[in-house]
Amino acid sequence: MATMNMIQALNSAMDAMLTKNADVLIFGEDVGYFGGVFRATDGLQKKHGRQRCFDSPIGEAGIVATAIGMAAYGLKPVIEIQFADYIYPAYDQIVSAAARLRYRSAGDFTCPLTLRSPYGGGIFGGQTHSQSPEALFTHVCGIKTVIPSNPYDAKGLLISAIEDADPVMFFEPKRIYNGPFDGHHDKPVQPWSKHPLSDVPDGYYTVPLGKAGIAREGNDLTVLAYGTMVHVALAAAQETGIDAEIVDLRTLIPVDIETITQSIEKTGRCVIVHEATRTSGFGAELTALVQENCFYHLEAPIERVTGWDTPYPHAFEWQYFPGPDRVADAMRRAMEA
Amino acid sequence: MKNRAPLSLHIPEPKHRPGDRPDFSDIKVPKAGEMRRPDINVAAKDTLDLAYSLIRVLGEDNEVHGPWAPMLDLELMKRGLRNMMTTRIYDDRMYRAQRQGKTSFYMKCTGEEAIAVAQAAALDAEDMCFPTYRQQGLLIARGYPMVDMMCQVYSNERDPLKGRQLPIMYSSKKHGFFSIAGNLAMHFAQAVGWAMASAYKNDDRIVSTWIGDGSTAEGDFHTALVFAAVYRAPVILNIVNNQWAISSYQGIAGGEESTFAARGVGHGIPSLRVDGNDFLAVYAVTKWAADRARANLGPTVIEHFTYRAEGHSTSDDPSRYRPADEAKAWPLGDPIDRLKKHLIALGKWSDAEHTALEKEIDEQIRAAQKEAESHGTLGSGKLPSVKTMFEDVYKEMPWHIRRQRQEMGV
Repeated sequence: MATMNMIQALNSAMDAMLTKNADVLIFGEDVGYFGGVFRATDGLQKKHGRQRCFDSPIGEAGIVATAIGMAAYGLKPVIEIQFADYIYPAYDQIVSAAARLRYRSAGDFTCPLTLRSPYGGGIFGGQTHSQSPEALFTHVCGIKTVIPSNPYDAKGLLISAIEDADPVMFFEPKRIYNGPFDGHHDKPVQPWSKHPLSDVPDGYYTVPLGKAGIAREGNDLTVLAYGTMVHVALAAAQETGIDAEIVDLRTLIPVDIETITQSIEKTGRCVIVHEATRTSGFGAELTALVQENCFYHLEAPIERVTGWDTPYPHAFEWQYFPGPDRVADAMRRAMEA
Repeated sequence: MKNRAPLSLHIPEPKHRPGDRPDFSDIKVPKAGEMRRPDINVAAKDTLDLAYSLIRVLGEDNEVHGPWAPMLDLELMKRGLRNMMTTRIYDDRMYRAQRQGKTSFYMKCTGEEAIAVAQAAALDAEDMCFPTYRQQGLLIARGYPMVDMMCQVYSNERDPLKGRQLPIMYSSKKHGFFSIAGNLAMHFAQAVGWAMASAYKNDDRIVSTWIGDGSTAEGDFHTALVFAAVYRAPVILNIVNNQWAISSYQGIAGGEESTFAARGVGHGIPSLRVDGNDFLAVYAVTKWAADRARANLGPTVIEHFTYRAEGHSTSDDPSRYRPADEAKAWPLGDPIDRLKKHLIALGKWSDAEHTALEKEIDEQIRAAQKEAESHGTLGSGKLPSVKTMFEDVYKEMPWHIRRQRQEMGV
């Protein structure tokens, strides 16, 4: 066991997989000698050699395309797209090739690649370093989408993603790389070392894909959240005194419908929280699923707290970011309905 | 008002449209044997002349000429001839099947058979191919069962791809033939990744990939060249310049101001331009490129200068956008005819043998077609189980897809 922040946990996951499986290799912009702009691959090239962890040209489509070719060959490429905001040049490769290869070749060729990418706001990154594009991927069949919320899960989920037989989009909430930011931007953030989920085993372990976690047990209301928003929701629960059950989805596709259903059947109320823009966001899918699966257990309309349907504005970071006050308001509305 | 000529927008336009008399006298056709053959470790910049000219081996006299002459044994050439003829007759049968309503779509490679067939001969059987949609000759040359090809075209109960793909978008890992996609150029960069993987694993298999002149305009084409050059990937990057992308001539893809082969030189990749209707020249340049890849010298770009003798697919009528007799005027002839004449000139082949072979292949293909059609044609009702529609989206079927299958009642 060691105390790790998210970056260290992700680094440890890649280190473990490079050690365990010679078919794992890592590449992306600045990930080699330098170790990545967020340091996620720090030291991996030095330890495992240049061929196992190396820099790529600035060409997201090329990074994904070559990873698809490698995966079709039989390797397990782990690629980094430096910011999720830069992923769009690779969208065709992800949607039309990575996601479809198994299906269109009737299982002849497969594409077990893992794409890591920091996403989300709260870092004054403006509209090109703050986006949450997960719904563009959850809409696409053939890929899985995973978002961790703490160091323990980050390592275990990343190892599961690398070992998965299908392509996995692994979005990392960059605002909580160094500490569990709860949305109170005017207060200092606690470091991960003060959080129990920063206790991370040194070696290999997995957290299964497709299984949600319960970040807080409760009886009054269910919050469905992932990434940074898990910590925002925890703060809102504490501040409102509402006994909320906070479900940390961890995997968006395939989503853990059992955990969601069980929780809402217990509480009868549901608040859905994400940073991404609202319209056609993953919250829309969650809302539909809750309606389809739990309608007769609901005692209040489903609430959604999300980023606004505007580009992410640089100067209005905290007006845009769905912070604990907005989540708390939605929780109160759900309780009062 | 400034005293300047107003700007004007250039829209490229082919020289001939329907009703015009096709005239290709502006195409400079160098004599066979004229082009030099550099050592395989040549620097990219020292191939510039080759990227702007045309490597040819078979001359007007039907004899081989110059340093690129591959000196092939007779059996290989005869096999090449048979594979090209098989490809052409197969195309004709499948085109007709589409016209008879037995399938939705078909694409012929008439006039371009030498490219896939000669390249298959120059590569090892284990080398990996990332083709686009007009290299069916690769499967034929590599012995992929013709009945399976037809069953794919018919999307019938024996379709290896379970009715999921548009006709001709074959896939066979066993035959080193990557799954074809309709999204063009994407595979070009994927091929580079496969080649990088092969190098990473110290494997000895190399990769060959094909793209049309039209889709070199896609970003993935340029990305592929960057990655291939940076990592010295063991890959042959083939551009099949058949002059036409559906109805757009190669000038719309940027072929007016430069050659497609020259794109490679700027990326630091040795690049060749070859007479794509010359079986021997195509074989020779492919072997040269393969030798480079196997020697860890990295990628090679090859532009195959050829002509798409028929429509893009069953969905277009080429006489609507180009002179109907343009193919006949093409100055580089027909690949099957040229190899046939060479073999006759060698005294090893005859018109009678050629006709007999044609008949033999035709009968084989008719027999294969009969067998394939016994498993159904599109719309005949003989299909894979509809349950299979929900399979292979993921390795394990997730709950939501299982539920949708149940919702459908299967």
